[in-house]
Amino acid sequence: MTQNAGDGTPQTFFFDRFGLDASALEATLGSALARRADFADLYFEFRTVQGVALEEGSVKKTTHSVSQGVGVRVLAGEKTGYAYSDEVSVERLQVAAEHARQIASSAAESTAVDLRRVQPSRAHALYPVASADIARPLPERIALLERVDRAARAYDPRIVNVMASLAIEEKVVLIANSAGELVSDRQPLLRLQVACIAEHEGRRHSASAGGGGRVAFDFLIDDEERAIAFAREAARQAVVAFDAVDTPAGQMTVVLGPGWPGVLLHEAVGHGLEGDFNRKGTSAFSKLLGQRVASELCTVVDDGTLPSRRGSLNVDDEGTPTRRNVLIEKGRLTGYLQDRLNARLMGVEPTGNGRRESFMHYPMPRMTNTFMLAGEDDPQDIIRSVDRGLYAVSFGGGQVDITNGKFVFSASEAYLIEGGRIGAPVKDATLIGNGPDVLTRISRVGSDLKLDEGIGVCGKDGQSVPVGVGLPTVRIDGLTVGGTQA
Amino acid sequence: MSNARDPVEYTARAVERARRAGATACDAVMVEVESSSTSVRLGEVETVKLSRERRLGLRCFADQASAVASTADLDGDALDAFAQQVVDMARAVAPDPFAGLPGAASLATDVPDLELADPAGLELSPEERVARARRCEAAALEADPRLVNSEGADFSLGSARVAYASSAGFSGSYRSTSYSLSVAPIAQENGAMQRDYWYDASRSLARLADPESIGRTAAVRTLRRLGARPVPTQQVPVVFDPQTAATLLSHLAGAVCGGTLYRRASFLLDKLGAEIASPHVTVIDDGRLLRGLASRPFDAEGLATRRTVVVERGTLRSYLLDGYAARKLALESSTGSASRSVGDVPGASPTNFHLAPGPHAPADIIGSVQRGLYVTSLSGFGVNGVTGDYSRGASGIWIENGELTHPVEEVTIAGNLLRMYRDIEQVGDDLTFRSSIASPTVKIRLMTVAGR
Repeated sequence: MTQNAGDGTPQTFFFDRFGLDASALEATLGSALARRADFADLYFEFRTVQGVALEEGSVKKTTHSVSQGVGVRVLAGEKTGYAYSDEVSVERLQVAAEHARQIASSAAESTAVDLRRVQPSRAHALYPVASADIARPLPERIALLERVDRAARAYDPRIVNVMASLAIEEKVVLIANSAGELVSDRQPLLRLQVACIAEHEGRRHSASAGGGGRVAFDFLIDDEERAIAFAREAARQAVVAFDAVDTPAGQMTVVLGPGWPGVLLHEAVGHGLEGDFNRKGTSAFSKLLGQRVASELCTVVDDGTLPSRRGSLNVDDEGTPTRRNVLIEKGRLTGYLQDRLNARLMGVEPTGNGRRESFMHYPMPRMTNTFMLAGEDDPQDIIRSVDRGLYAVSFGGGQVDITNGKFVFSASEAYLIEGGRIGAPVKDATLIGNGPDVLTRISRVGSDLKLDEGIGVCGKDGQSVPVGVGLPTVRIDGLTVGGTQA
Repeated sequence: MSNARDPVEYTARAVERARRAGATACDAVMVEVESSSTSVRLGEVETVKLSRERRLGLRCFADQASAVASTADLDGDALDAFAQQVVDMARAVAPDPFAGLPGAASLATDVPDLELADPAGLELSPEERVARARRCEAAALEADPRLVNSEGADFSLGSARVAYASSAGFSGSYRSTSYSLSVAPIAQENGAMQRDYWYDASRSLARLADPESIGRTAAVRTLRRLGARPVPTQQVPVVFDPQTAATLLSHLAGAVCGGTLYRRASFLLDKLGAEIASPHVTVIDDGRLLRGLASRPFDAEGLATRRTVVVERGTLRSYLLDGYAARKLALESSTGSASRSVGDVPGASPTNFHLAPGPHAPADIIGSVQRGLYVTSLSGFGVNGVTGDYSRGASGIWIENGELTHPVEEVTIAGNLLRMYRDIEQVGDDLTFRSSIASPTVKIRLMTVAGR
C-alpha cells in the first residue's frame, strides 16, 4: 500500500507527513486562545480502512479508504467552538483556530503554550499490534472469507446465501492541548461480520454474528478458529428462526443470557449516566448520585482498560488515559462518565470517556466497555426459577430517551420459558422499560459474566464509536415484551 | 484557499489516470462540502462548528472484477499512486458477470436545474445564525412555564458540489444547499421530565419555516407528553402521525431496493404485480422533485433520475434499481436509483420517497377511531426486513370515542409490515416534505399494543 502509517512513532509520522513541528502546534494553540478562552486542543487523525466483502460464494468487493485531518477546538465557559479541515497545513490550522475561537467574545492577550512543559501520564499499552500483523495481504483475507462461507453453508443445507465482511482499520492520532499535553496513540481495530440467509419451503430468515477487537488478524484464525465459530453461529440463528412461534405481548419475567444482552445496561443506564446530560439536568438520572437505582445484586462498571477489547482505548480522544469507572455499586449510583468540558463544569475529574467519531467531530462523554459484575447464582438455576417468561440470548439494537428514561431493545433470539424449562423460540420482539427502574427489578445475577464478541457500535448526536458490553445471566421481574399475541 | 481545481476536473483526471494504470473501465465521484452549525442552549451559544471536506471515490474494473477506494489526498503524485492501487485491488478479486458500467446510450444527456441550490442564505453572518437559533428556542420555552429546560436549538447550513465522471462517457456536476433549524425543549411536571422536538429543513433559506413557528410546534409536542403512562395490552387501531408514518415508508423503501432483493433479504421478493397494500396506498419515488431534499439530476452511474410509481393503489409496480441490481435480477433496466457514498460501490436507494396524500383531514381520521393509539414517536430497531415482522417502542396519545385523551408511553406496537400495509384504512391529506422520505397521517386497522 502506498499510504500507510507504518510503525514509527505517531508524532514523527504526523510531523513528517504534514511538515509540522511542536512550535507550529504551540502557535496554533496560542492563537486559538487569543480571546478569553479556557482551553484549546488539536486532534490530528490519519485513518485507513481496508474492507473485503463476500457474497454468493466469492469476494467481489474490496474497498480502501484513507482519511486524514485535524480538528481545532476552543472551550470558553459552557461554549464549544470547533472547526476542522481535511487539509493539514500550518495555514489551514491557523484558519481553523480563528473560526473555532469565535465563541469566545472578548479579546485577551495571546497565551503562550509550551508543549514540552507537561510530562504525559503513564499511558496504557492495551493493544500492541504491529501494522503487518493486522493488515494482512488481500489474498489471505479473501481466503478467510471463503472458509467462512463454506463453514456457514456446511452447517445446514437451508443456508442459501452468506454475506461476510472483514474491516481492518488503523487509526493514528495526535492530541495537543493548551495545558501543554502532547499525546499520541495508534488504534488498530478489526471486525468480521457474517450474515446468513436461510430458505425453506418459501420462508426466509436471516441472522448475523461476528466479532473482533483491537487485535491482530490471527485472532480470527488461531486455535479457537473464531471466524469459523462466527459463521456457524450466524447459520444456527438463521435456521432456529424457522421454528419460531408468535411472541407473547405484555409484562412478564425475562431472563437475559450472558454477553451481548449487556446492551440492556448500555441503553437503560449507560447513556443516562453520561456527564453532559447530567450537567444540563436533562437525564432521568440527574441528581440521583448516591441513590439506589438498582437491586443490591447489581454492580455496573465502564472500563476502557481491558486489553484488546473493541471499546478500549489507551487514551480517550482528548488524551486522558482511560480507566475503570464504577457507575453503580451494589445498587447505588456512584458516578457519571465525563469528558474534560463536563468534568470542569461539574467540578470533577475527567474519567477518560471523552470520545469522538473522527477529526470531523468534537468529543463528548461516551461509554467504552460497559458491563455488570458476576453474581453468585448458577445460570441454570435462574432459568429453573421462572414458571412462565422469556429467555432472551441475542439482541439487535437498542435506543433510549435520556429524558424520560424509556428504553427499548430488540431480541433477535429468544425462547419461551415454561415450568422452568426453555421452550420454543419466538419471533423478533422489542423489550421496553424504564431506565431508573429496570435494574431494581433484577432478582438473580448469574456467576457467568461474559463480554460480547466485539461488534458493538454506539451512536449519539450523529457520531458512531466502537463499544463493548457484557452481562452475566440475570432475571428481571417484570419487563414489557412487545409481541403480537395479546 | 488552495483548492483552485474544480471537482469536475478532479473526476476527469482520476478517470484518465485509472485508464492509464490499466483499468478496463472506471468511474469517479467527488463531493465537496462546506457547512456550519450553530447551537444555542437556554439563550446562550453552546457550540459553533465549521466543516470543510473534499473526498474523491474511484471505482476501477479489471474486466469483470472491480474495487473501490476513496481518498482526500488529491494533489501532486498522490492521485497516480491511488489510481494504481485501486486497479491492483480490482485484479485481486473474483470476477462478477453482472458488474460493469451502464451502456453509453443509457447515460443522461442533460443536467436539468432542479433548484437545489439557493446560495443567498450562505451569506448569513455568524450573529444572524445565532439569532435564528435563539429565537426558535425562546419561542419554545416561552410557550408554557412547565418548559423549564432545553437540549438547545440548532441552525445548520451547508453547500455541496457533487461531480461524477465515467469512462463510459459521462461527466456532470451539480450544486446544492441545505438549511435546517431544530429545537428540543424539556417540560417538567410532578417530578417527571419529557422531551420532544421539532424542525424544518429546506434547500432554500427563504422557504425554511420561521424560527418562532418551529419553536411553538416543539412546545406543543413536548407539553402533550406530560403525564404519559402505559395502557393495558390489547389489539386496537393505530393512527401514525406524518413523522412516524414516514418510518413505515422507509421500511417499504428498504424492501424495494435492488440490494435487498438480489440478496433475497426482502419481504417483498417476487411480489411485482401483487397487491401488497390497501387500495388507498400509492407510493412514489421522485428523483426530480423541484427543490427536493434527495433530488439529483443524474444518479451515481450517470443515468437520468426520474419519477417512479412504486405502488399504485395497492399494487407493487416497480422496484428501485441500479444497473447491477437490474442485470442480476434479470429485470428490464435501472430506474436511475443508483447512489453511493464516496468510498463505496453504487447501490439502489430511494430519493424523495413518499405516500401520495389521501382525502382525509387528520382530525377526521382520529375522529373515526373508537379506541386506539395515536402514535407520535417510535424507538428501537425491531423491524425484520426479511420477514416483515414489526415490533417497536411507541409513545403517543390514547384515543377514546374519537377524541385524543391522555398521553401514552412505555408501550410497544407489533404486527407484520405486509399485513400493516394491507390494513391501511385511511390516508391523510397532510403530506409535507420535511425530510426525503415523507408521508401523510395513516390509520392501520389493527395492531397489538403491549403495555401493562
